[in-house]
Amino acid sequence: MKNTPFTEKHIALGAKMAEFAGYNMPISYTGINDEHASVRNNVGIFDVSHMGEFMLKGEHALDLIQRVTSNDASKLTAGKAQYSCFPNEEGGIVDDLIVYCIEENKVYMLVVNASNIEKDWNWVNRYNVNNVEMHNISDRTCLLAIQGPNATKLLQPLTDMDIMNLKYYTFSKGKFAGIDNVVVSATGYTGAGGVEIYFENSDGAADIIWDKMMELGIKPIGLAARDTLRLEMGFCLYGNDIDDTTSPLEGGLGWITKFTKEFTAKAILEKQKLDGIKRKLVGFEMVDRGIPRHDYIIKDATGDIIGKVTSGTQAPSLGKAIGLGYVAIAHAALDSEIFIDIRNSLVKAKVVKAPFA
Amino acid sequence: MNFPANLRYTKDHEWISLEGNTATIGITEFAQSELGDIVYVDINTIGKALNAEEVFGTVEAVKTVSDLFLPVAGTVLEVNPALEKAPELVNNDPYGDGWMVKVEVSNPADVDGLLTSEAYTSLVG
Repeated sequence: MKNTPFTEKHIALGAKMAEFAGYNMPISYTGINDEHASVRNNVGIFDVSHMGEFMLKGEHALDLIQRVTSNDASKLTAGKAQYSCFPNEEGGIVDDLIVYCIEENKVYMLVVNASNIEKDWNWVNRYNVNNVEMHNISDRTCLLAIQGPNATKLLQPLTDMDIMNLKYYTFSKGKFAGIDNVVVSATGYTGAGGVEIYFENSDGAADIIWDKMMELGIKPIGLAARDTLRLEMGFCLYGNDIDDTTSPLEGGLGWITKFTKEFTAKAILEKQKLDGIKRKLVGFEMVDRGIPRHDYIIKDATGDIIGKVTSGTQAPSLGKAIGLGYVAIAHAALDSEIFIDIRNSLVKAKVVKAPFA
Repeated sequence: MNFPANLRYTKDHEWISLEGNTATIGITEFAQSELGDIVYVDINTIGKALNAEEVFGTVEAVKTVSDLFLPVAGTVLEVNPALEKAPELVNNDPYGDGWMVKVEVSNPADVDGLLTSEAYTSLVG
């Protein structure tokens, strides 16, 4: 099991630790509801240094990114980032990612899921026919997400970069807490506002920045609350809600699938769009008492199987049970009544829009 | 962690306290801390006669769900009504207000065969 540069800090703080994607990660510190509320209402910090970062450089870098991702990275100018995915040859999803444009047409950073670093690296390399310079900088890159409505105003005094006015999905690079070349990105996986910061772990930078965050009284948050926060927003989790067998159109990612350019499985996805998808990822909330969980079966009122739950939880901020799941298209409309098979009883739910409210 | 000496325990992390033929059953401090914030206790076995180690309900935490096993054979008499509105009582007071069921035990002597506080402590230690 690998450590992040912060693993010892989490253990010293008494976090409940567990293996995630091969890393020893903090799952929770003070309790999931408490951590969730801190981020939603105030501020919290996540160590997500297990995530993968690839640098792509050179005149063909953009061509390669355009070829392997579904969104249109040619729209990016320096300082902008974009949510995207790698479709596979069958129209499924290899991974979802964020593309950062460091220097237009020249330097890009791809941020991928920890569990898929090797798979993604091999995938992108497979299409790298024009010798784009690629570096896997995952192991030396720290990633901390400081999330919550009070995050940017707390962090602003640590830097000359104007981070309070950073627009969603844009970023700056500069000195932060005395450390050079820190990327501060107005992104995150919580819907609570705030930033993610990327920096190289050299000359004790990890310790310096982490200790500064603790001095500011920013509460550390585990991966368990990260999951409930993202689920309340209806954000997909790779491996749960989207995977090699689900298409971006089925997964509600049509908005990052741009048919104005060439990319993997474009023809398959275009046809799928034309013919209409047969199943769709929907948000639902429980009407009757019960909590949906990954892999629970979804049925219609007559007990016929119509789909499967991909994520589910009791939503800490909402006080109700919510989930995401694939259902046959006939049951995907808002307000459709569906039933979750929970321990052999059919528990009523209804399709609602995400973000959940 | 606190595992009161007057209770008996199972390897599945339930505790039991016996008065006459009636037992009160809940989950241990260790169990609640492993589960994290408990949001729903789902028990539909009132009036049912169950064997030892049979599932009498489930406990749902935010992130996970876990079955509840009856420590000894018996009939479920009552579910703690307070848990309907306040399942977090299991976290806050696992041996007190967070009790889960009362059970008419088939054979009170069965309880003697369960783990003592000392044995359970070394199991989870």
